[in-house]
Amino acid sequence: MNNEQLIVTSSPHVRATDSVSKIMWTVVISLLPAVLAAVYYFSFRAVAIILVSVLGAVATEYIFQNVRGKEVTIADGSAVVTGVLLALTLPPTIPLWTVLVGSAVAIGLGKQVFGGLGHNPFNPALVGRAFLMAAYPVLMTTWQLDGQTTATPLNLFKMQGIMTDVWQLFVGHIGGSLGETSAFALLIGFAYLLYKGYVNWRIPAGMIGTVFLLTLVFGQNPIFHLFAGSLMLGALYMATDMVSSPVTKSGRWLFGFGAGLIVVVIRLWGGYPEGVMYGILLMNTAVPLINRYTRPRSLGEVK
Amino acid sequence: MAGQLINDFKNGLWQENPIFRLVIGMCPTLAVTNTTENGLAMGIATLFVLLSSEIVISTIKKLIPSNVRIPSYILIIATFVTFVDYFLKAFFPSIAASLSLFVPLIVVNCLILGRQEAFASKNPVHRSIADALGMGLGFTWALTLLGAIREFLGMGSIFGLQILGAWYKPMIIMVLPAGAFISLGILVGIMNIISREG
Repeated sequence: MNNEQLIVTSSPHVRATDSVSKIMWTVVISLLPAVLAAVYYFSFRAVAIILVSVLGAVATEYIFQNVRGKEVTIADGSAVVTGVLLALTLPPTIPLWTVLVGSAVAIGLGKQVFGGLGHNPFNPALVGRAFLMAAYPVLMTTWQLDGQTTATPLNLFKMQGIMTDVWQLFVGHIGGSLGETSAFALLIGFAYLLYKGYVNWRIPAGMIGTVFLLTLVFGQNPIFHLFAGSLMLGALYMATDMVSSPVTKSGRWLFGFGAGLIVVVIRLWGGYPEGVMYGILLMNTAVPLINRYTRPRSLGEVK
Repeated sequence: MAGQLINDFKNGLWQENPIFRLVIGMCPTLAVTNTTENGLAMGIATLFVLLSSEIVISTIKKLIPSNVRIPSYILIIATFVTFVDYFLKAFFPSIAASLSLFVPLIVVNCLILGRQEAFASKNPVHRSIADALGMGLGFTWALTLLGAIREFLGMGSIFGLQILGAWYKPMIIMVLPAGAFISLGILVGIMNIISREG
């Protein structure tokens, strides 16, 4: 018997080759169609906003990790993802210094104060956006398209009852934040992530499905509600954040349902035209509870 | 003897600062520190009530039956809060208006009741005075600092004096309740770093 070849270890015995940085950079690649769409519709402005946001996020991460005496991990791409996602939620007319404030808050208050990647209870990009929304409400709600000031489709719908053509919504020729205009570009990127297996489909399915069904029940045009506003961007990229979403299958359905429900409530009866950001942030707070109550039973466990 | 008094006094200023260390009295802390002036006024009002009630309670502590001590404390505190309430309304009507409901609410400020229970009811009058001054001033400087930060970022001014020019776009969130939570959280963090190193 050749005993030297027997290695006794505890599980896991099969390891994936994926790493944090590989996944993060793949997410960045999957955001490229949305970035290109933003540049197509808003030209140079979009480039400047995205660059400032990414630089701000990476610089904040670098400064924080240096001050705290931790290993500097700006190369893992997680700050870049936050920067790009934040930029995609901002209106094209926003001053660049505001973008810098937002990305510093996103990484500083949204991520690093909780202990860095893996410890943040909220999606950092949405924390940055929520802060900007409360700090500079006027700057955050000035929209532009083709050089003209305009309102977003949801705003037009809520305040004046004007419906925007669904095809325009789908390709993205509408007023709105950089990344929420083109649902098409977001879906392409998401398909790539699905193909790579880096994203769970249950949260977006639950969230978008809930919005579709509820708007249908309340007599709205469900297709309009799917493609208007930031539902696609939020459901596909923000709600699925690996750190701040539930880990169990049923928990993910529940998370998606809750976020969708809040979106519909805010859109139909709330003061704001759009509720995706608040829907996701509120459900983020419920994630530990959801994880606890949807924990699958271990094999052979007796209750 | 004198050293003990100084320790009682210094305790509330830093080591057991009611806001940054004990994290009590959060209701006025978060609600009225949107400007420097409000923070300072709230701090002084609380200081006065704390000092007066600690003096009275430590003087008559032997007369209060322990079964009804909490209602007795509340009654004494409420008396002094009424003083403050009428005083502010008579002499500083604008401050009274902006603090509004939070002046009567000093009655149930857990800092004040907590110090009666934890200190004044067990210690002689002179030590209670030192404790009340320390805790009250600790509360006051924390509230004033919080108010100054929020007013500076939220309106670009301090004590109503415009410091930053028209180029500054005020961060509206800082004068909203959310700004209180954010600045308080960051200040507590900074305090922890300072005392760990000091």
